[in-house]
Amino acid sequence: MNARADILDRIRSALRDAPAVPEVPRDYRRSSGLGGEELIELLTDRLLDYKANVFIEEAAAVPQRLAALLEGTGRYAVPHGLAESLFAEADAHDGGSGRRVTDAPGQRLSVEELDGIDAVVTGSAVAVAETGTIILDAAPDQGRRVISLVPDRHICIVRAGEITAILPEALRRLDGTRPQTWISGPSATSDIELERVEGVHGPRTLDVVIVRG
Amino acid sequence: MSGTFLGMPSLPVFGIGNLHEHEPFPKAARRELGNPQLRANLGHATRTIRDKRLAVVSELPDWEELREAGRAIKESVMTRLPELLEEFEANFTARGGTIHWARDAGEANSIVAALIRDQGATEVVKVKSMATQEIGLNEYLEEQGIAAYETDLAELIVQLDHDKPSHILVPAIHKNRSQVRDIFLREMEGVDPELTNEPARLAAAARAHLRRKFLSAKVAVSGANFALADSGTLAVVESEGNGRMCLTLPETLITVMGVEKLLPGWEDLEVFMQLLPRSSTGERMNPYTSLWTGVTPDDGPQNVHLVLLDNGRSAALADEMGRSALHCIRCSACMNVCPVYERTGGHAYGSTYPGPIGAILSPLLTGITAEENNSLPYASSLCGACYDACPVKINIPDILVHLRGEDVDSKRGKNRRKRAMPSQMDVGMKAASWALSSGKNLGLVEKALPLGRLAAGPDRKITKLPGIAAGWTQSRDIPAPPGQSFRQWWNKEHRAARPDAAPAAGTDAAGTDAPGPGSAGTEENP
Ligand code: SF4
Repeated sequence: MNARADILDRIRSALRDAPAVPEVPRDYRRSSGLGGEELIELLTDRLLDYKANVFIEEAAAVPQRLAALLEGTGRYAVPHGLAESLFAEADAHDGGSGRRVTDAPGQRLSVEELDGIDAVVTGSAVAVAETGTIILDAAPDQGRRVISLVPDRHICIVRAGEITAILPEALRRLDGTRPQTWISGPSATSDIELERVEGVHGPRTLDVVIVRG
Repeated sequence: MSGTFLGMPSLPVFGIGNLHEHEPFPKAARRELGNPQLRANLGHATRTIRDKRLAVVSELPDWEELREAGRAIKESVMTRLPELLEEFEANFTARGGTIHWARDAGEANSIVAALIRDQGATEVVKVKSMATQEIGLNEYLEEQGIAAYETDLAELIVQLDHDKPSHILVPAIHKNRSQVRDIFLREMEGVDPELTNEPARLAAAARAHLRRKFLSAKVAVSGANFALADSGTLAVVESEGNGRMCLTLPETLITVMGVEKLLPGWEDLEVFMQLLPRSSTGERMNPYTSLWTGVTPDDGPQNVHLVLLDNGRSAALADEMGRSALHCIRCSACMNVCPVYERTGGHAYGSTYPGPIGAILSPLLTGITAEENNSLPYASSLCGACYDACPVKINIPDILVHLRGEDVDSKRGKNRRKRAMPSQMDVGMKAASWALSSGKNLGLVEKALPLGRLAAGPDRKITKLPGIAAGWTQSRDIPAPPGQSFRQWWNKEHRAARPDAAPAAGTDAAGTDAPGPGSAGTEENP
């Protein structure tokens, strides 16, 4: 017998007492009453707790915020689906788009190139306020998983409409078969004496720009 | 193949690998208890994490409802395991992944090695995985000329120190910051000799050390925390980003996962991703979770494999009282609250799975008669703290008592499974009790000692033993028995010097001081 048939047989044999399939009670919270400003406040509180930097902006002020955040950094990567207008201010400072490198289909940045890049700016799919989690699902404004991983600084744009209060609400908005990265603060470890230290292999700095409206 | 099982009920087939104690728990515990540094490190670490867990758990108004949902989901998975495995396989395969089935540790190891060789690779990066530790994958790959680099900080510390993990979540929990610095200074190539013991500096040293490896690796090996049957999706929960590196950068990704890790579908993830981070690291959410479904064109590994591992899980499932041990999501909350674990540490349990869960899971996977694992169910005070902490409500104390009963029955020959076919352990125990019953018998056994030396090579190490002892010698050597026993030596040295000495006989108890299960003070509350 091949291993597959053998293992399935062993499992069926192990279940020969035919245990009943139990009901799954889903009495936990599946939605919350929170909205608007409360969500922004809660998400901000959680992100700060993880030592992320948080900036809350009106939509019109985002290009300025990005320009300020990118001030002093070298080259930065962006996924092709992120609106170019977001970088108008940064480009004006630079006198062109010289520092910006775009990862696009057919024009992929190699891992070596990404390793030489200081920062990445992406959008996000949905956020969970209660746990301070931002979820990326590789949509065009977020790009391939690798671009938000290799550069040491991740600037992530979260639109207020993306923010949910609790995890079940967030997951309902997602397609589980897309590659996903859930991010709750910068990379961290608690492996030495259980003391949390920010910054191991993932981006050591996480800047979150929450966009109102 | 699908449908109801119609064949003859088969005898359970137990697991092999790093699932065994090397010596009875009480003896190992006694030695570990003599290490004050270990106890101080452990005490500090488990206290810290207990407090953090309590704080974040009490924040959720629906914690008990989540636990109940988690328990029920896992129970339903176990009752429907064959169909869910087939459903998972169909979805994972449809999305470009390849599934391999492994009956035991040996099969899983050779599948992984062959997949690595197919890529022409001689090294792999690894993200912390209990399953690969259970099957002794790193040791096996080393034999095959393939270097496996652990990338989780704690695993890296343990690997650099040629040590073994002692906690499933924080494998280096038994080392403090100065010990870690010393290991890095000693073992890490090109490390800054001025390295201090600040955790941030130590983490930075690990980052620099592994960066090149990540960027150039062709093959990664991972475990998985969850697998969703209805989509074929896999999930890895981590903190440092080493998981993301392994799951995203290499062209080939090989995941090894026990068959029990399945969840029916997407809406179950919301339960477990609330239970796991709060129970394990005591955080509202872990820094990173990655989900992937087969192959995504243009994003991440394009050659994606999953090895589904039995290795005794079907045997554990056959134990109606014990099968819920398979619900475990490896959060480690039970060890952090365990008064026995807090004092002995993880090494005393021998197996990959330490603490309260290890005390039930290891003997369930290997069989209660296996080697020394029959002393594990006694490694508890039955205080019940583990049950209260467990996010999926595994009733560990009940299963401990059940396994103690099994152990006692097996020694009395009452257990059905064992009566059908006496295990090597039973035979060994019989031989031992005969040998120890009188000094004369023991003397006869001692005459056979030089035979044991024949089994050993010229380096006086026994590296391969047959039968149940095979798992024991798979990843470690045992010293050959000495040419003469203590009794023989004593007689030669002392009796010979005394002309009135009686011939070697009588009831002296040399060599019988190994305590029985439960005799080392691990039964009472501290
Ligand atoms: S038995 Fe429960 S508490 Fe212990 S590691 Fe498993 S899930 Fe966590």
